[in-house]
Amino acid sequence: MIPSDLRYTKEHEWVRVEGDVATVGITQHAADQLGDIVFVELPEPGKRLEQFATFGVVESVKAVSDLFAPVAGEVLEGNAGLATTPEVVNSDPYGAGWMLRVRLSDPAQLGQLLDPAAYEALTAEG
Amino acid sequence: MSVTGPKLQPTIFELSGPGRAAGHRIPEPPADALDRLPAYALRTSPPALPEVDEASLVRHYVNLSQLNWGVDTGFYPLGSCTMKYNPKVNEWAARLPGFAGLHPFAPDETAQGTLELLWELERDLAEISGMDAVTLQPAAGAQGELTGILVVRAYHRARGDLERTEVLIPDSAHGTNPATASMAGFRTVNITSAPDGGVDLEAFRTALGPRTAAIMITNPSTLGLFERHIVELLEMVHAAGALAYMDGANLNAILGRFRPGEAGFDVMHFNVHKTFGTPHGGGGPGAGPVGVRAPLIPFLPAPRVLREPDGTFRLERPGERPSSIGRMRGHVGNVGILVRAWAYIRAHGADGLREVSDDAVLAANYLRGRLVADGAFEVPFAGPCAHEFIASGAGLKRATGVRTLDVAKRLIDKGYHPPTIYFPHTVDEAMLIEPTETERLETLDAFADALLEIAEEAHETPELVTSAPHSAPVRRLDEATAARQPNLRWRAASPAPETRGGSH
Amino acid sequence: MVYGPHTPDDRSRMLAALGIASVDELFEVIPPAVRARPMRLPPGLTELDLMARLRTLAGHNRVDLASFLGAGVYRHHLPPVIDQILLRGEYYTAYTPYQPEISQGTLQTIYEYQSLLAELTGLDIVSASHYDGATATAEAALMTCRATRRERVLVSRGVHPQSRQTLGTYFVGANLTFDEVPLVADGPAAGTTDLAALGRLLADPERPIGGVIAAQPNLLGLLEPMGEIGRLAHAAGALFVAAVEPVSLAVLAPPSAYEADIAAGEGQPLGIPPQYGGPYLGILACRDSLIRQIPGRLIGMTSDADGRRAYVMTMRAREQDIRREKAASNICTNQALCALAAAVYVAALGPGGLRDVAATGAARATELEATLADAGAPRMHPGPYLNEFAIRVPDAIAVHRRLLHRGILAGVPLAELEPGDPSLADGLLVCATESTTAEEIELFAWALRDELGSMPGVVTPGVAAAVVGEGRR
Repeated sequence: MIPSDLRYTKEHEWVRVEGDVATVGITQHAADQLGDIVFVELPEPGKRLEQFATFGVVESVKAVSDLFAPVAGEVLEGNAGLATTPEVVNSDPYGAGWMLRVRLSDPAQLGQLLDPAAYEALTAEG
Repeated sequence: MSVTGPKLQPTIFELSGPGRAAGHRIPEPPADALDRLPAYALRTSPPALPEVDEASLVRHYVNLSQLNWGVDTGFYPLGSCTMKYNPKVNEWAARLPGFAGLHPFAPDETAQGTLELLWELERDLAEISGMDAVTLQPAAGAQGELTGILVVRAYHRARGDLERTEVLIPDSAHGTNPATASMAGFRTVNITSAPDGGVDLEAFRTALGPRTAAIMITNPSTLGLFERHIVELLEMVHAAGALAYMDGANLNAILGRFRPGEAGFDVMHFNVHKTFGTPHGGGGPGAGPVGVRAPLIPFLPAPRVLREPDGTFRLERPGERPSSIGRMRGHVGNVGILVRAWAYIRAHGADGLREVSDDAVLAANYLRGRLVADGAFEVPFAGPCAHEFIASGAGLKRATGVRTLDVAKRLIDKGYHPPTIYFPHTVDEAMLIEPTETERLETLDAFADALLEIAEEAHETPELVTSAPHSAPVRRLDEATAARQPNLRWRAASPAPETRGGSH
Repeated sequence: MVYGPHTPDDRSRMLAALGIASVDELFEVIPPAVRARPMRLPPGLTELDLMARLRTLAGHNRVDLASFLGAGVYRHHLPPVIDQILLRGEYYTAYTPYQPEISQGTLQTIYEYQSLLAELTGLDIVSASHYDGATATAEAALMTCRATRRERVLVSRGVHPQSRQTLGTYFVGANLTFDEVPLVADGPAAGTTDLAALGRLLADPERPIGGVIAAQPNLLGLLEPMGEIGRLAHAAGALFVAAVEPVSLAVLAPPSAYEADIAAGEGQPLGIPPQYGGPYLGILACRDSLIRQIPGRLIGMTSDADGRRAYVMTMRAREQDIRREKAASNICTNQALCALAAAVYVAALGPGGLRDVAATGAARATELEATLADAGAPRMHPGPYLNEFAIRVPDAIAVHRRLLHRGILAGVPLAELEPGDPSLADGLLVCATESTTAEEIELFAWALRDELGSMPGVVTPGVAAAVVGEGRR
């Protein structure tokens, strides 16, 4: 069951928009594929992100994966808690496991993302 | 595993006690030995190193060794690692005082024995591989790769061709290949393999061009398959003005049957700790000599070993070959390892080496045949295989939920080191199995039987498999915590041991 | 069939199971155009003949001479207990510990090695070893650029030329640059890093520096002002790499004491014989904050499913098999057995023993200095040294050669180590360790005095015997 109020990328990131602030993380599917997550590398506040460009890295015991920005914008903050408890990405990827808050530069970009049904379909194939 | 049962050990620090290390090994220095040194340069407190009597020290390391599995313990079918028997005469050879006691800055005339051995080894490897020259300098296969790719880079630049910024690598390649390309300043272009496990010629054709510096190919591939299109591939590469690098990790499959340099490869590395029986040491040391065709010789690392007209040997002098890429490491190479490799080659001769590959390939095909017949694991690629083959636990996972990881851990209970798992990444739930030529037929059959048993257990009592191993000194480890909260050095406050059976 | 067990019968059975007549059928996939001709190698030798040939070759190496060779590789007493442990097949025939449940031997011994080097260097993160000191230094330099995102480092000419050359090779691939910091030419600080020059190089706004590398002791055996160098580096936003000799760390201030961020070094002096250049041991250590930058394996302590203490390779996502083209380094094999040798050596000596090795070497070096000065070859530099120094000898290369024919390896000619530096052309780099005997020192001095035409000193019976012995060879 994936949250219905989010939008998704093909690379398994999700985004929640409130006003002009977007919160970004990775999906349960991605977290499950990676296994026990041990480290998340996030950009500094102030950094400008491009849509679909890499913004960081997530490391598990046996794998590493780039993180792709669902939307362009300026980084407001990264989830500092992940430095001490990265495992929360596995247990609560849509809540406490959030990764980044970004000030949206172009809300129209949301149209390029997958809606929940489309993301479900994507993961069902895989 | 051992007669007395394997015993976990506290750390050497926990065995320490003040005054326990008897000071008898060297004469005591005079009390004023360090008086002439300025205070700013000296330690203010001694390092907290352990003080242990020799008997406790020996028991510590002997008991720890009994927690380890080596080729000397039993079957070790790690695909792509070639865990063959390590001949003991080679250990004797490397320890001869004439070899072991020679200082690397000893003048050439005092090093004639080692220099002659190195010179001969270069020629042996060149003859085995069909290359025109060999450097013995690289410390390991990965360093050999870097050496080879830097030679490629130097070659193109010397021709004034600065546009070749890409290296093409199949997706089944060992991770060192793309890592090497990056270290040498190239961009890796990943080429998807064909469904039959071989290179996709059309994908290569499309990707090859004026930006290609080289391709890096393992042959036989990491799937244990000889590249049937090797001739066309090499022609295509050269037509595009690029060079062909062969990762020689799988040389054990082709000794006496295929000489890469003769076939058209321009450069390759050897893993002497795989093909030529030098021991793996728990993760090293090894050596990764590199062979090249003639046009690349000027760029080889320096110093090379030269033979004078009067039959004596010397090292190249600094600056003697200006086009060299320089030095990859200190001194001429991992000579202690190279002595072992020389001895291995001399013990076998051409016929013996060819027999090594014949037996390695025969054993792998036999074992593969057993798995195909038993039907418990898929064997995805059509045979024959080379010296190793891929099996997959994907079907077993679908049917029972038991994964290849679990099968591997259960093999430990059956008395075997597991094969390579989850490599290459292109096959789901992969097991890469390489028996080598030094295993008895009974062992191969027993191993196949064990795999079949485990598959049956997966259906009937899966928890037995998913919670394996049960008979190893320790059970499965918490790798997540190890990575999240790294404890990489001993501190007095580290968690207490739980020793099984006591150690002292 | 040298080491393989297969009888013709075994082979027949395997062929029959495969339904083929000959093993050649398994090689038919090789295109005919590239099938190999037979290899032309000397025929396989029996074990008897192989050993005879090896003895002959080893016998052509002269390891019986009075040796004062150092320059990063040192002759130390090796307690035989080390080799007995190294010869245990469970250690030396094991592979990389990818299956930790049956590799606790390798894993724990390497964890202990990491811990011992952490004690010696004062830096908590120690890799499970790199190939050797030169490559460890090169990787340390790469680390500084990764961590600071700068593209240039400064390397003192006091760092071993082989390390500088290796760094140069690695930097080519990484598209980074480095400059050398000169040594002071004369005065009390002669032969050590020129701090004024370092300051100027660090102050160039066009060339921000990621790392500064200096050696302690340096190539010439001299002690460097590491604290000063570190301060200058940090003030400019650069990291500080100390290239160190591990035995000296028993008595010298460790890298942590002078705020080095990274330590690199050659571990050969810790229980590994010279072997004409390898395999040796690359020491690489760093402070905690750089943990994600350090290449190579790391062994960590953890627990198993039953709560037992156990060891495992950790933080593996940094390594080549996972990161692939994004890996910090392509390193796969380390020098595990050499790290084991080093750990056993340090444990066998204990802190007192290791200190004695360093201090006895220093005492012997003091004798050597005085004796050689008396023979007409004073030190080239006035500054403090531990157990290695350069002496000035007119026509050094020729004298070195003549001393060789008298049975003395009179150190390493600096002209060979630093061919581009004429000020060092008449230098011989000599060292003493706890293994250097008084007779060897006397022999060296006596022969040197003779070569330089000084008044012959008193010849003791021991020296006379040694000289007569040389004449017989």
